[in-house]
Amino acid sequence: MSHTLLELRSITKTYPGVKALRGVDLTVGKGEVVGLIGENGAGKSTLMKILGGVVKPSSGTIVIDGVPKPALSIKDAAHAGIAFVHQELHLFENLDVAANIYIGREPRKGGILNLIDNAALHHRVKPLLSRLGVDFKPDDPVERLSIAQRQMVEIAKALSMDARVIIMDEPTSSLTLTETDKLLKVIADLKAAGVSIIYISHRLNEVRHCADRVVVLRDGRQVGELPKAQITSAAMVRLMIGRDLKSLYIPPKAGIRPGGLEVQGLVTSAFPKREVSLSVSRGEILGLAGLIGAGRTSMAQAIFGVDPALRGRILLDGEPISIKVPADAIARGIYLAPEDRKKSGLLLDMTVAENISLPDLSRFAKAMLVDTAREATVAKEQCRSLAIKTPTIDTDAVTLSGGNQQKIVLAKWISMRPQFIIFDEPTRGIDVGAKGEIYALMRALADAGVAILMISSDMEEVIGVSDRIAVMHEGQISGLLERSRFSEHNVLMLAVGNLAKEEAVVHA
Amino acid sequence: MLKKELGLLVLILVIGFITAAINPQFASQVNLMNLANQIGLFGLISIGVGLVIITGGVELSVGSMFALLGVIFLDLLVNHELGWPLSLLITLAGGSALGAIHGLLVTRLKMQPFVVTLCGLLLYRGIARWYTADSTQGFGYGEGYETLEWLMSGRTYNIPHTFIFLIIVAAIMAVVLHRSVYGRYLFAVGKSEEAARFSGIPTNAVITMAYVIAGTLAGISSVFFVFYTQSVSPSAHGNFYELYAIAAAVLGGCSLRGGEGSILGIVLGTVLLQVLQNLVNILGIPSSLNFAVMGAVILLGVLTDQQLQRRRQHRLATASADARELAKEGTAGAAV
Repeated sequence: MSHTLLELRSITKTYPGVKALRGVDLTVGKGEVVGLIGENGAGKSTLMKILGGVVKPSSGTIVIDGVPKPALSIKDAAHAGIAFVHQELHLFENLDVAANIYIGREPRKGGILNLIDNAALHHRVKPLLSRLGVDFKPDDPVERLSIAQRQMVEIAKALSMDARVIIMDEPTSSLTLTETDKLLKVIADLKAAGVSIIYISHRLNEVRHCADRVVVLRDGRQVGELPKAQITSAAMVRLMIGRDLKSLYIPPKAGIRPGGLEVQGLVTSAFPKREVSLSVSRGEILGLAGLIGAGRTSMAQAIFGVDPALRGRILLDGEPISIKVPADAIARGIYLAPEDRKKSGLLLDMTVAENISLPDLSRFAKAMLVDTAREATVAKEQCRSLAIKTPTIDTDAVTLSGGNQQKIVLAKWISMRPQFIIFDEPTRGIDVGAKGEIYALMRALADAGVAILMISSDMEEVIGVSDRIAVMHEGQISGLLERSRFSEHNVLMLAVGNLAKEEAVVHA
Repeated sequence: MLKKELGLLVLILVIGFITAAINPQFASQVNLMNLANQIGLFGLISIGVGLVIITGGVELSVGSMFALLGVIFLDLLVNHELGWPLSLLITLAGGSALGAIHGLLVTRLKMQPFVVTLCGLLLYRGIARWYTADSTQGFGYGEGYETLEWLMSGRTYNIPHTFIFLIIVAAIMAVVLHRSVYGRYLFAVGKSEEAARFSGIPTNAVITMAYVIAGTLAGISSVFFVFYTQSVSPSAHGNFYELYAIAAAVLGGCSLRGGEGSILGIVLGTVLLQVLQNLVNILGIPSSLNFAVMGAVILLGVLTDQQLQRRRQHRLATASADARELAKEGTAGAAV
């Protein structure tokens, strides 16, 4: 790359009792896309906070345009053209696109009245949007935009501030495959226009696609740097976890058994005109792929009774069952590990033990009173058998890492004789090491005779973990794939609605 | 958790000692028993409203319920001569029914608790005034309910029955809230209704039940208040009492966001409020300042509590960073 825009030299950050960063170097050239990867807790966020001026490094130097500084203030960072596109988008849903892009910097008129000059505002926003090639207008309300579109608003906001370096933190974690492709294209355009990008992601495929160089952090250290030619998933994973990742796929030990869960002609409120039929056998992990909004979560919530089905039948081991509320499903051993762990899966302000016992509390009760001693015993047991890392079982769930939180969600159900479990995006936001543990757990459950449905938007995961893949498109199953036909291409074609016929594949 | 209650207790004792030092009359048996009576009267309903607040809701209609249920009770007892057991029972059932209606409107029709109970406040007051043509209702020369009168306003060993009843109800509700399955569900629903639903908890039933308990306690309180005031003037009876209840619950550590609170805290909150009222009288502070004193103390109390919470949260955040570090080292260790 032509010249260095930004350079971090041996940055160290120490918090009381914790060394978050230990002598990290990072350079970013003009128009360069740097992939920054590492497991959760590796120090990526701290490093980015230092770049944003939110956190001051304990030691080290930050060089911008050749000027060395010991630390940045938020103002310095903005002045240097460093902008963020966050994992959780920070937009005002009640305002329109243009207002969001220029929030706090609105062009004004009317002197003392201090009115917003809407004409000037739209005049400035239009070229930004057309530069990104988006399909929405400056006066569209943000609440009506999809997550991908909102991200574009954030990027437009960054561009409006003449950003020279845009830091993207897990930008695709909520995007569909096509949307991801589009984002990668925008990144390529930005790069061509001389904007540098620091791309943080757990999705190594994307990193491989877009990065010119990859920097890997582990335990606050920079453990490696891969030039474009050497960026492979295997190399990245090896550096991230310090070992080779075995193939994700763990073949079933016990094989498929009779029985399981079947849905016939299920109609959900999300797609009132479409019917879903699907069956999952005991002992198998059925992956359910599809674009976001294809109706996968609606189906899961219908089976679990959160948002009961309008019509259709649900059969467990061939016997029709009626599920009106989650308690009906739970009584049958049908469980859901929901997509939004923090909102639906856990009570963050309650302790580990209280979370684990919650769905089956009456089992822990004598004469309607909770037997806390038994509750503690079971919680300890589950923490041990699932290797949940928590200081004590009386620790609030909010303080644990994503992987451990997910394990608590599973611990709730595992102690309750599961028959069928739906995992909705089981490893979103979870680091590589913990992912492996979750996969092993899923397989162990399947081998124990549980039927498992795994909803996932992570292609590596769908292909790597499933025994069979079902793909959903607009509220219907568009096809089923056996392991021999697993490929990113086949899943994608079905996900965008090309039915599972060879000619469709050939046509593409 | 217990720290908050301990702080409140210390505050009550400090205020009590200072007041007694200025005017020893405060610590006299007569005054203390009066105070106990007031605490008993207001504590019951504070517990009910506290439960609703723990669900993340609010109950604004209790003052008007006192007027409506009080009027009904007197009407049944004095005018219809229904006999006290039946009159009492109908009044209680009326309270439960109103609570159930609030609960159903909130859970089934997804109305906001503030709106539902605000409308209740207006409705019940209006009906009570219309039903009595705005005239004060009293016992007149009715008789045959001496047992009830003794139960409701008598004393045993000089302790007011209202206070004894509060202690019994508080003890039962403390077990229900802090030890029972229902109590755990109540906190879970208050903290995150969605997560509770995803755990198979019948959230609508849990929330409705809280309103029913609050309504039933309001029904019992109505009868206590009738015997305390000896008459019900429909336009003034119980005015602002819902605010006393909410204030006690908030002082006692209930968060209006839901999911937090304890029975001991609510009871202590009631004690503090009544001590303040009493202190205004005893110290000869103009009684017009009554509300101002209460407002100032609640404001300061909640402010102090928030500052303490913030410090606790800060400590928690550091602890959490440590825990993550620990967990990470654990994984790294496992990887080797």
